[in-house]
Amino acid sequence: MKFSETWLRSFVDPACSGHEFSHMLTMAGLEVEHEESVAPFFDKVVVAEIVAVEAHPDADRLRVCRVDVGTGEPLQIVCGAPNAAAGLRVPCALAGAELPGGLAIRVARVRGVESSGMLCSARELGIAEDASGLLVLADDAPVGEDIRRHLDLDDRLRLLKLTPNRADCLSLEGIAREVSALTGIPARFVEVREVEPSISSKRPVVLDAPQACPRYCGRVIAGVDARAPTPAWLRRRLERSGIRPISALVDVSNYVMLELGQPLHVFDNQRLGGAIHARMARPGETILLLNEQTLELDEDVLLIADDLHPVAMAGIMGGEDSGVTLATTEVFVESAFFTPAAVAGRARRYGFVSDASHRFERGVDFAGTRRALERATRLILEICGGQAGPVTDALAKLPERRPVRLRPERVARVLGVELDAGRIGELFGRLALPFSRDGDDFVVSPPSYRFDIEIEEDLIEEIARLHGYENIPAPAPRALLAMLPQSEHSRPLTCVRQTLADAGYQEVVNYAFVEEAWESDFAGNTRLIRLANPIASQLAVMRSSLIGGLVANLAANLKRRQSRVRLFETGRCFFRDAAGSPVPGFRQPWKLTALAYGPALPEQWATPPRNVDFFDIKGDLELLLAPLAARFEKGTHPALHPGRSARVLLDGEPVGIVGELHPQWQQKYELPLVPVVFEIDLDALTRARLPQYAELSKQPVVIRDLAVVVDQGLELGALLEGLEQHRPPIVREVTLFDVYAGRGVEAGRKSLAFRILMQDTQKTLLEAEVEVAIQQLVAYLKEAFAAELRV
Amino acid sequence: MDRLDQIVAEATAAFSETGDPDALEQVKAIYLGRNGRITDLLKGLGKLPVDERKAAGAAVNRAKEAVESALQQRREALRRMALAARLAEEALDVSLPGRAQSRGGLHPVTRTLERIEALFRSIGFAVADGPEIEAEFQNFTALNTPEDHPARSMHDTFYLEDEAGRVAKGILLRTHTSPIQVRYMQAHVARYAGLETMPEIRVIAPGRVYRVDSDATHSPMFHQVEGLWIGESVSFADLKGVIGDFLRRFFESDDLQVRFRPSFFPFTEPSAEIDMAFTSGSLKGRWLEIAGCGMVHPNVLRHVGIDPERYIGFAFGMGPDRLTMLRYGVNDLRLFFDGDLRFLRQFV
Repeated sequence: MKFSETWLRSFVDPACSGHEFSHMLTMAGLEVEHEESVAPFFDKVVVAEIVAVEAHPDADRLRVCRVDVGTGEPLQIVCGAPNAAAGLRVPCALAGAELPGGLAIRVARVRGVESSGMLCSARELGIAEDASGLLVLADDAPVGEDIRRHLDLDDRLRLLKLTPNRADCLSLEGIAREVSALTGIPARFVEVREVEPSISSKRPVVLDAPQACPRYCGRVIAGVDARAPTPAWLRRRLERSGIRPISALVDVSNYVMLELGQPLHVFDNQRLGGAIHARMARPGETILLLNEQTLELDEDVLLIADDLHPVAMAGIMGGEDSGVTLATTEVFVESAFFTPAAVAGRARRYGFVSDASHRFERGVDFAGTRRALERATRLILEICGGQAGPVTDALAKLPERRPVRLRPERVARVLGVELDAGRIGELFGRLALPFSRDGDDFVVSPPSYRFDIEIEEDLIEEIARLHGYENIPAPAPRALLAMLPQSEHSRPLTCVRQTLADAGYQEVVNYAFVEEAWESDFAGNTRLIRLANPIASQLAVMRSSLIGGLVANLAANLKRRQSRVRLFETGRCFFRDAAGSPVPGFRQPWKLTALAYGPALPEQWATPPRNVDFFDIKGDLELLLAPLAARFEKGTHPALHPGRSARVLLDGEPVGIVGELHPQWQQKYELPLVPVVFEIDLDALTRARLPQYAELSKQPVVIRDLAVVVDQGLELGALLEGLEQHRPPIVREVTLFDVYAGRGVEAGRKSLAFRILMQDTQKTLLEAEVEVAIQQLVAYLKEAFAAELRV
Repeated sequence: MDRLDQIVAEATAAFSETGDPDALEQVKAIYLGRNGRITDLLKGLGKLPVDERKAAGAAVNRAKEAVESALQQRREALRRMALAARLAEEALDVSLPGRAQSRGGLHPVTRTLERIEALFRSIGFAVADGPEIEAEFQNFTALNTPEDHPARSMHDTFYLEDEAGRVAKGILLRTHTSPIQVRYMQAHVARYAGLETMPEIRVIAPGRVYRVDSDATHSPMFHQVEGLWIGESVSFADLKGVIGDFLRRFFESDDLQVRFRPSFFPFTEPSAEIDMAFTSGSLKGRWLEIAGCGMVHPNVLRHVGIDPERYIGFAFGMGPDRLTMLRYGVNDLRLFFDGDLRFLRQFV
């Protein structure tokens, strides 16, 4: 809601102005989003009449004007404007004037001719873009009057960002009422007297849907001149409210809407047939609107219709076929109350909003319906002439305003500040909220223009607002102390993130909606979750894997000449799943995904360069999981190289994947080297085990090395796991410290070297016991993996 | 005895000329070896007359001690020289960079979220989480925002398609973290259903939220932190106290102003918008919107089975992206979602 301060001050004229005035509104909940002057600073510019125009003796484009500025002594002014003509009234900057931008006007000679001032265009005064010629003023503009006063250029405009509950402030009168409450200065409202009918034409009105339209006032005005010019003052007020003047009839209806808050509609009476009906749309009914859209209407849309056709979407927009034109001579003016429930959301459903729907869906004063019609009638008669018929006033059951009870002790409890009954009564008085007392309680009857006062809390907000939120104290809060649980059986996400960051990975945050191709490339997802209204086609599908985002981050960073990239993200992934919870139909687990690319270490003098590989990132993952140990099984995944990827299992359950990106994606996404990634369910990473103490042994440790040869193709994961399970009791640890194939080892075989650590808890081990244990390990390896001792 | 002095002098000189321990041991043999000159003299003592033997013996022994002492000194000297040589040889250019490892870092908004969590935990707020694909009921209806409420147009909502390509009914991407309030309160009420008095609810809920909006200052996905405190006497004044305290601790500064001004949210009444302004620095005096808040609307409490006459409290929803920008001087929201390492590494 944009409004002119001058207009507002015609209703209520507080002492404060400028930013102070804006601040007062903002702090009362009417946020001033923008404040501007109508014109920049300039002075000594007056209304002037051009008395005579002569050619300049020495310049083709210039003319010499004799100008009356109201001093009785005409001035000679050289002017280059093409529209300078005798008889025009225009702005004239006098000698000594300062124009916008600091331009000083002096008596000067222009190509040899003395010029005592400057005739101005709108642009030279900084009030419009038009620089094509002099700003032409009204023929009756008083010569000599200061132009700032004449055009009201000291006016200031404010744009209010109104919250949906404050429909009562969507009019100048409403804002004035609020300013009056805030300042205690009474407001003077427009006095509207009823217009006596001078003709008998009327149109019957039928309320077919009284719960949606409980009141409808209308009247015929005949003999109007639709081409009559809209007076300058009315145009100016519309323009300063951000509404473009169109024609007198439309302008009047907009003006009354701005002034009183009641949207009106003006029909061409000769294009209506029969009675006016306020009824719900019928199946398949269509309407061509003023904005040239043809809509097929749902049955919950309230219509204004004549006997034959829909003529308007009630409270939203009129129909093209019944609208006024410049040829209109007879109008039917509508002022009605449509309930918020009947209008809410309908316009938005069809993809537009209108000033009318914006007001009706928030609530229009149902006690002001008739008054607005009378106000509009008067203005139409004044501007367009004509004769008014009697008002048809159809009335059903209007909304009830139930009294709301306010307990002063509840005010104290909600706000945390005690306000005595005197203060509360004073505040209600300023808000013009009628109340009675019932014991200590106040019983308030909300006025018809307030749609936001239904419960006690609504009144408490009004009290707090007017008392001033800034006057409510902000003490340190008191509460019962209670410790929060601190589980050692899980580890917080922050630890997981920090571990990975310490290992060199940088966290990123990517959008949860991704390109469709990523879902098939990196997740093989065929049950996509598509957005119904994505902002862009490449952000149209909810992700089920974070890999695509990291690959895109990688590609973008390579373009920025980063050669070594380590990234991770934690975030929800989204799957269709009938058993999903808590939102049925969807599973939304958290995942952690990491990607490594380029040199294993930052480029440096101390370590020979090599690129990151599967085992680097597997090591990072093991570090992240530690002390829990995962199993890595060969597995295939659409994102990964089939020979260089693994499924990650924890306690036997699959919790993620790790591997090199599939070469086909490396190629498709134009990556010079191959990235290695892992993606793990976050649940698995936040698991933790409570440590359990085991007795330390004081006995000496015996260490033996053991080398065996196995088939080259043997996967060692199973062998290591098997050793772990089959180790004799005195063997405490078996570490694989070398894997070798090549010279000295038979072709097709590889050599494995283990370090075996043995210890008894009770006694020093005998050589024979050590020997037995080693033999048991060798026997197991031979039996289970055809391993032979290496000699 | 001149001869003995001479031998000592000769031996000392010979020792000094040796450059390494092996050579020294060879020279030692010339004087102290089995046939060394001092040894020979000792052996020759037996041939002297008895009355001379004692004095001569003492003199030879002195000479022997002197030679041994010279030998020992030379040994020490050689050892020191060897050590010095080794140290000189082993010296490094310590000004070379260390063997490089790399350290990553957390996303700046994660830093902020962790700080927010830590600050609120310190006054007893738990941390909760909720789904991002959310039911329309939790996102709007249970928050006192029925269908067609004009407040719904304040949130431009992302909707999803069902598998047949139609707009899925009742499902959306959450537009704010407030639905977590609803879920958390429902769970809390269920957990303590048997108790005479319900324990207080003090919780914050950080998360990603979604709105159809994308320009220099809006991202279609952004972060919010929801806060909720419900008890038997939690007032608007407490809300002001908590938020003011939080902002001063978060920015580690008392040089900031906080103001609450009336606003509207369907799920709070009274409602407020929270603005803050720094009293120094480049943003001095500019009011910046930080959060929306208010006293939880009685309808919302009733919806989850809490008696609004008995329990009362506040909720807030703040923008950690904005707080991060202010805290670290970031001037473009889009940088947070761009994955640019040159930007992100500044927060390591």
